[in-house]
Amino acid sequence: MSNTDLKVKVWRGAEQGEFVEYLVPRNPNQTVLDVVTYIQRKLDPTLSYRFACRVGMCGSCAMTVNGVARWTCRTHVSQIVQGDALEIAPLNNLPVIKDLATDMREFFNKWKGAVGFFKGEKTRYDDFAKVQPDSEERQLANAGIECIGCGVCYASCEVVESRQNYLGPAALNRAWTLTNDVRDVQQLERMRAVAGDAGCHACHSQGSCTEACPKSIAPTASIAGLKKLVARAAVRGSKWGKL
Amino acid sequence: MGQVVNQGVLQAKLWYAQRISAMVLGICVAVHLVMIFYAIRGGLSAQEILGRTQGNVLFAFFYEVFVLACFIHAPIGISNILQETFPKMGIAKPAACILGILILVLGSTAVVGVYSGGAL
Amino acid sequence: MSSRPRLDSRAKSHLSYFAYACHRFSGLLLACFIPLHFLMLSQSLRGAQGFEQSLALTDLWVFKFGEWALVILLAVHLAGGLRLLIIEFGPWNGLRKGWIQLSTLFGIACGLLFLYFAN
Repeated sequence: MSNTDLKVKVWRGAEQGEFVEYLVPRNPNQTVLDVVTYIQRKLDPTLSYRFACRVGMCGSCAMTVNGVARWTCRTHVSQIVQGDALEIAPLNNLPVIKDLATDMREFFNKWKGAVGFFKGEKTRYDDFAKVQPDSEERQLANAGIECIGCGVCYASCEVVESRQNYLGPAALNRAWTLTNDVRDVQQLERMRAVAGDAGCHACHSQGSCTEACPKSIAPTASIAGLKKLVARAAVRGSKWGKL
Repeated sequence: MGQVVNQGVLQAKLWYAQRISAMVLGICVAVHLVMIFYAIRGGLSAQEILGRTQGNVLFAFFYEVFVLACFIHAPIGISNILQETFPKMGIAKPAACILGILILVLGSTAVVGVYSGGAL
Repeated sequence: MSSRPRLDSRAKSHLSYFAYACHRFSGLLLACFIPLHFLMLSQSLRGAQGFEQSLALTDLWVFKFGEWALVILLAVHLAGGLRLLIIEFGPWNGLRKGWIQLSTLFGIACGLLFLYFAN
């Protein structure tokens, strides 16, 4: 037990459980994912966790590190360690399957619920759709299009915590990008889906999602766009019809 | 489905109403703050208040607009807070309604009061 | 055995959340205060003397402190509200953290101005 060991508390169990402390040797350039992997391989093979690419592309390794949702593969221990202590827990706001793995079904179901998927009307026999890359709508869509569905924003949002059926920042952000996709033909259904108690107007612009997003997407901006759009549609109607 | 859409339309309209009233209040509050700073120099007596407001149609109009904007803005805000803090108790709507009535009635009474200066 | 951890202050220790909390808190207190404020002003219906008599109640120090606190709350709520209006209706330019700092200064300034002007 050298004094360069990290004291790492890891959540073990499911909805009920406890933090178990492990001692992990410290290395230079060590990421939190390295730490979790070390624990599972060398100390306790019963630890459950998710990862895939380990290079910040897939979003699988998102966990709560020292209280904040992060990608563990892109979080250097030296960045966030407090003295020699680390606390690793599963993502908030999602049911825990086991240890650090959460059930992400509600996250993706809400994506569907917000009509966060594309539907066009052209077929292979039609000409290509022509979308101007510098048009206002395309630029608005591009600002939010890089989302990989990691769940960090969802896990950081207090409104998600307090409103069971709030669609959440990721789903609403995706809905906004599709609202600005001129090829999509479900705009009226999408507006209806993101209106209401569980929709965009529940957002208080706390900004935790925007602060936490590892891809520097601003769901706060997307949701603000939806709020305006839906409000106008409710009062005056939109180019796709009245709500 | 129809009910969900109606709920959505209602939420959207409430959000819109709160933001529009917020814009009105932004101006009213800024003006009010400046007036308060001006008026409280050397203390503020009833005589001084009434001296400025009695018979002043502009003041009456300004403050009635202020009251109406509050009447829209505050109950919606309170309703949101209560709905989130006590979701199962169902007090959000009644509390918001009570606050709305208090603001409208007491506020308009106050406007009439300072305009008339008790000469009713 | 305990329950899984939940969102705690570490997740909310950022400026934008602080702005939200101040805005909500100030709004709640203002909502409680405004009916009382209107009630006091409606005493003006009693005419100048009656009004003066009811205003005498506000000479108590607790009311003076309350007035000062409310001016600050109003300033904070106004500045925070304008920030929200810009975020929701204006062009996106981040969470407007500069605005939060300005709002805090504005609140302090109003508090100081109130102390300076009142006797």
